[in-house]
Amino acid sequence: MIERSHHDMGGLPAGKVERSEHDYADWERRVDALMVLLSGIKGAQKLLTVDELRKNIETIGPEAYDKMSYYERWVVSITQTMLQRGVITTEELARKMVEVKHRG
Amino acid sequence: MVEAKFQPGDRVKVMKAYPLGHIRTPYYIRGCSGVVERICGAFPNPEELAQMRSGLPAQPLYRVRFSQAEVWPDYRGGRGDTIDVEIFQHWLDKE
Repeated sequence: MIERSHHDMGGLPAGKVERSEHDYADWERRVDALMVLLSGIKGAQKLLTVDELRKNIETIGPEAYDKMSYYERWVVSITQTMLQRGVITTEELARKMVEVKHRG
Repeated sequence: MVEAKFQPGDRVKVMKAYPLGHIRTPYYIRGCSGVVERICGAFPNPEELAQMRSGLPAQPLYRVRFSQAEVWPDYRGGRGDTIDVEIFQHWLDKE
């Protein structure tokens, strides 16, 4: 039984804190906007809670977790949540991913 | 809303447990003892919200103050240093 989840790293040795601000790529801004819209802010239907987002980030495997950037974890988690809630099916996701890949 | 069991000044002990799921009680503070600094309010239980349930009734949330030297065995800062952690009531027992 693993007592400490990979993300729960408070107190462990870590690298230097990077304090400089950095710019965000367009796709990162879109992921952020997606999260806001799915959270039901501004009266839209609530399709996701921040707690579900966290749960699905925390269940990403340790190796993948370390490799992914902040918004990569978000997009994986948002997708997982939409599958769990039945907003999208795996088939729809798979077909869309193939379609996007072929856009070139 | 679940009634608040603790008041500022009460000594409490954080449950030393490692359940699955989304947990807001950090690993490093589990099993530690501290003093309630304030009641922050009551909020739907995030552990339940994470599993697509309502999280109701709302759980009281406390700000609990711990001695740094007790939390970290190798702490080298001042003896009076403290750390505040916000912890939901269901993770706390009276000490």
